[in-house]
Amino acid sequence: MTDTAISAERIMLDPTNESAPAHRERNTRPHSLDGLTVGLLDISKPRGNVFLDRLQQLLGEHGASVNRYAKPTFTKPAPADLRHQISQECQVVIEALAD
Amino acid sequence: MTSPTLPDGLVAVVKRDCHTCVLIAPILAELADSGADLAVYTQDDPAFPSQVPGVIDDTDLDVSYHHDIETVPSLLRVKNGSETGRIVGWSRDQWREFTGVEDLAADAETDFSPGCGSLSVDPSMTALLAVRFGGSSLASRRVELAMLEDEMEAMFDRDWSDGLPLVPPTQRRVMAMLDGTEREPSDIVATVPPDLTEASVEKVAINAVMAGARPEYFPVILTALEAVCTDEFNMHGLLATTYFSGPVVVVNGPIAKAIGMNSGGNCLGQGNRANMTIGRALQLVVRNIGGGRPGGVDRSAFGSPGKLSFCFAEDEDGSPWEPLSVERGLAPGTSAVTVFAGHGPSAIVDQLSRQPESLVASMASVMVKTGNPKLLRGFDASLVIGPEHSRIFREAGWDKARVKAELGEHLTLNTDAMLRGVDGIDEGLPAALAGQRLPKFGKGMPLIIHAGGGAGMFSAIIEGWVGGPMGSIPVTREVRP
Repeated sequence: MTDTAISAERIMLDPTNESAPAHRERNTRPHSLDGLTVGLLDISKPRGNVFLDRLQQLLGEHGASVNRYAKPTFTKPAPADLRHQISQECQVVIEALAD
Repeated sequence: MTSPTLPDGLVAVVKRDCHTCVLIAPILAELADSGADLAVYTQDDPAFPSQVPGVIDDTDLDVSYHHDIETVPSLLRVKNGSETGRIVGWSRDQWREFTGVEDLAADAETDFSPGCGSLSVDPSMTALLAVRFGGSSLASRRVELAMLEDEMEAMFDRDWSDGLPLVPPTQRRVMAMLDGTEREPSDIVATVPPDLTEASVEKVAINAVMAGARPEYFPVILTALEAVCTDEFNMHGLLATTYFSGPVVVVNGPIAKAIGMNSGGNCLGQGNRANMTIGRALQLVVRNIGGGRPGGVDRSAFGSPGKLSFCFAEDEDGSPWEPLSVERGLAPGTSAVTVFAGHGPSAIVDQLSRQPESLVASMASVMVKTGNPKLLRGFDASLVIGPEHSRIFREAGWDKARVKAELGEHLTLNTDAMLRGVDGIDEGLPAALAGQRLPKFGKGMPLIIHAGGGAGMFSAIIEGWVGGPMGSIPVTREVRP
């Protein structure tokens, strides 16, 4: 093989989606939850409501009001409309998954 | 890279591995002796033809590729660097007229001999030459390895692997893979979860190369990817679940045999390249293009070995029944892929049943255990029936619908025996479901596929994930070239 051919064999094609994730700054963490609305998204797994009920109670004690949302099914991502609704109605989101 | 300029006068392109070129070697010497401006390019052996002084080495096929030489010998006339005429093969009259040498080849043993294929159009060379001479229009990012970098380790380091070594996706190999389909490299095949990235034919080809697939498997891989990236199949949920399952691919129709897939002995196991690499390519696409990796969105508590690859063909010739793809609505003789969520297999042993009633009851009694014998409508399953079991149904004249209906009868269960706490086991159905008869599996399940063999009175359960719109619904697609 010629030099050209050998060097071509040292080049591979990237199998990934080449998406360097765009870096997005998080909002500054609030000093207090007083008067803020926290969104809690139920992923619709059994007994998730028990956990979220307790969380809602604890957040209330810190002065936050809580909005509850639920995914139609835990097996699929939350619909875009629901994500948008949460972003419009809440100032704080707790991102978590329990199983 | 620019096209090499040809010298003015006559230009011949030859190779030693061509009967006609060997035949005309003395004639080229005669032409050179006659005082003609003659340049001879040789494709395979710089010492050929030995009779002609100053033969020009074209073993890298630069001249042949850029001047579209399709046949050797080719004889070109060049004026001011541009080609003004060309003849191919050997014909004494044609050569005399073209060269203007009236008594050329007076001693030649034959008047006519067709040429041979040029090395530059040899199927094994086209992908290499397209890369070498810049004809490649591939869009993917190039990853250049350092000289001391081990290519196999480099792919592990970049997190492209499912844990096994990969075939390096060089441009040459990817170009060859793309020859396996009529689709354009830039065409979008599907939007792949979980990152919802559009996968181009080219990106899928790169992953198919890495999986070790051959170009003729590529249409099956593309179709399987289309099928899993549907809302019904729900690849995102299947990846994100803590459950065991992954995509299972069943291939029907003439393409299965054409590409040498295994539908017989050990069909769910190792040893067949098409079976192993089609399923693997699909999973590599989900990993590398979709971004679905264990520990990331793939949250499976255990996984299963089939998540490396789970792909096999249906044994249509040995089956008493219509193929799965036909049952699911495609015309007989259509090449097709069916995908469903599954893992396993687990065994059904019945070596004594000789009547279909006994065998179907026996099969159902094993299938009841799927997930947990006290749960139903949670997890689906498919059934791979082997030839020594299907024989019982064939001899009794049971068609597939009958087998499914009888299985369904046995798999419709009294809920009272399955309630929480019954038999001292807390798991089970809620008390609200007491006093009912309910089906173990969802509508249309289990899928029945005929495969495996030769000997052994066994069948196999491929346990599934959550069925229906809450989980994964099987999808069947025709394989397009």
